[in-house]
Amino acid sequence: MTGMLKMNGIQAINAAMHEAMAADPKVLVLGEDIADREGGGVTGTMKGLSTKFGDRRVRTTPISEQAIIGAAIGAAMAGYKPVAEIMLMNFTTVCMDMIFNHAAKLRFMSGGQTSVPMVIRTLTGAGWQTAGQHSDHLEGWFAHAAGIKVVAPSNPADMKGLLLSCIQDPDPCLFIENGMTLFVPGDVAADQGPIPLGKAKVVAEGSDLTIITWSAQVMRCQMALAGLAETGISAEIVDLRTISPWDKETVLASVAKTGRAMVVHEAVRNFGPGAEIAATIAEELFGQLMAPVRRLGGPQCAVPFAKVLEDAFLVQPADVVAAAKALMG
Amino acid sequence: MAELSNAPKPDGEALVDIYRRMLRIERNDDAIRTAIRRGRLTMPYYSARGQEVIPATIGHLLTNEDQICTIYRGIQDMVAKDMPLKPLWAEIAGRIDGTCKGKGGPMHLTHPETGVMVTTGVVGSSMPIANGLAWAALLDESRRVVVAFFGDGASNIGAFHESLNLASVWKLPVLFVCPNNGFAEHTRYEVSTSVDRISRRAEAYGMPGFTVDGNDPDAMFAAVSQAIERARVGEGPTLLECTTFRFLGHVLGDDDFYMTKEEKDEALAKDPLPALRARLIAGGHASEEQLAAMQSDIEAEVAAAQEFGMNSPLPSVDELRRDVFEQEIAA
Repeated sequence: MTGMLKMNGIQAINAAMHEAMAADPKVLVLGEDIADREGGGVTGTMKGLSTKFGDRRVRTTPISEQAIIGAAIGAAMAGYKPVAEIMLMNFTTVCMDMIFNHAAKLRFMSGGQTSVPMVIRTLTGAGWQTAGQHSDHLEGWFAHAAGIKVVAPSNPADMKGLLLSCIQDPDPCLFIENGMTLFVPGDVAADQGPIPLGKAKVVAEGSDLTIITWSAQVMRCQMALAGLAETGISAEIVDLRTISPWDKETVLASVAKTGRAMVVHEAVRNFGPGAEIAATIAEELFGQLMAPVRRLGGPQCAVPFAKVLEDAFLVQPADVVAAAKALMG
Repeated sequence: MAELSNAPKPDGEALVDIYRRMLRIERNDDAIRTAIRRGRLTMPYYSARGQEVIPATIGHLLTNEDQICTIYRGIQDMVAKDMPLKPLWAEIAGRIDGTCKGKGGPMHLTHPETGVMVTTGVVGSSMPIANGLAWAALLDESRRVVVAFFGDGASNIGAFHESLNLASVWKLPVLFVCPNNGFAEHTRYEVSTSVDRISRRAEAYGMPGFTVDGNDPDAMFAAVSQAIERARVGEGPTLLECTTFRFLGHVLGDDDFYMTKEEKDEALAKDPLPALRARLIAGGHASEEQLAAMQSDIEAEVAAAQEFGMNSPLPSVDELRRDVFEQEIAA
């Protein structure tokens, strides 16, 4: 296809950062190891930025998550657009006060006098055997906080487009990268621009069942499509892309069409974001549902180390197929 | 600890202005406490009675462009930074004309026009954000400085240590100002803090640190002037520990059971407000008549602010959907 580039998530994010920083001198970057001297970020997503835009705008920080987010909040309040990296999602727990009590709430608590147009990029995901403190999907924690938008892209084009939107957004955004999808190449339009936040995307059309999913689980649900087809189930997959605020319209339209719904996420199932989505579907479409809404997520334990346990922790394509069969009755 | 050298001294005019700011803080504090006791205001209140020299001196030395991040015991800092009292009162009364439309209240008063950027209810959280504002001041190539206020208890929270380190590494124009009133809520300083002086912690972060008598306008003026100058010329942050005493406990209604009567009586006898007043008269910097006129002007301002705030309309419940994001949430 003309105008299409093949790139992985790292390259897509890097391209978005280069474009955003070139287009707007107010865009800043800060985080651990993010300057070229330190390797341009743990996965190299920030490569080249410090060399091109200088160390005034691109700053490697101490390992100080509260100081990182605090610095980003203050700079954002003063009119800049900082993109702060918290290396791994579990480390956001170290700076939850800055994110939850301050970044997310200052606009409301100040009656709109101040605002915090910043992005927090963070990496997570099971599959690398990084165990209980390096792999958690905590999007539900942040989706529960008013005042912060939560984005979890599944592919390189969305990574670029959604990151560009997050940077331009007038409010704080959490941008979640997954280690299993970051290295997978995909097609990205050479001129890929911002993709609106809060808009889901139907990535597979079907008529029997709607699967609502995001981040790396989109890939696993797509891997389940062949098995579903073999059993005669036509599944529609909705990549939610933005977890908060989420695209009810697209989800409800799909479920109204198929009559069955299943939410698949990597986060622990109990009290996970799937509960909110399932409850909304039940509230809005009760009379049209042909089966109860199913939720598939991680078991109530820490992400385990041993490969056999880690594989079992994740919802796998076979689990999706089995759940779909059960749902079809 | 670093030594203060060639200390700048406040002249008579500066002392009168510092006193005016102290009196405005104290008269406003008195009016708030009276309104709470009469049931006209319902709010948690953390009075800074007795600590007025610190914010008043800083307010005197800062420009309007300079910014502050303060804490739940912070109304004195805002008043000293010239926050107008009318929207302040409307805010603490939970009214629509409040600085934050009644959505923040006394613990989150904000007024960017006068540089009051953040008021936090979380111990220590003023400091990381002050760093970001200071980073922006550097990027703007301005001479703006940022003051982060925090209590002595906050010097034991991680945010303090992370913030001082980053501010020092990045040479940020920040004053870390700690009014040390000897108690973290109810816990005595020596029970909770590993060093005899918080200012000693500055050395660990490669910045100057001073302990000054926070009830002495001369000492405060000297220390703050030098810290501001240092920040303005790009030499980076300073930690100022300002010793003082909290006359009214942690929160209004506190019965001070954790203090001795002797130490409290001794502090009350050294009330910095009448002390500076006496000095202004004795030094010929102001007359009784001038100070009486100053007081009645301030009391009239406070009364008008109270009247305005109490009579401002209540916020509409639609405000719950506004300012969560820039775009209003649909009903």
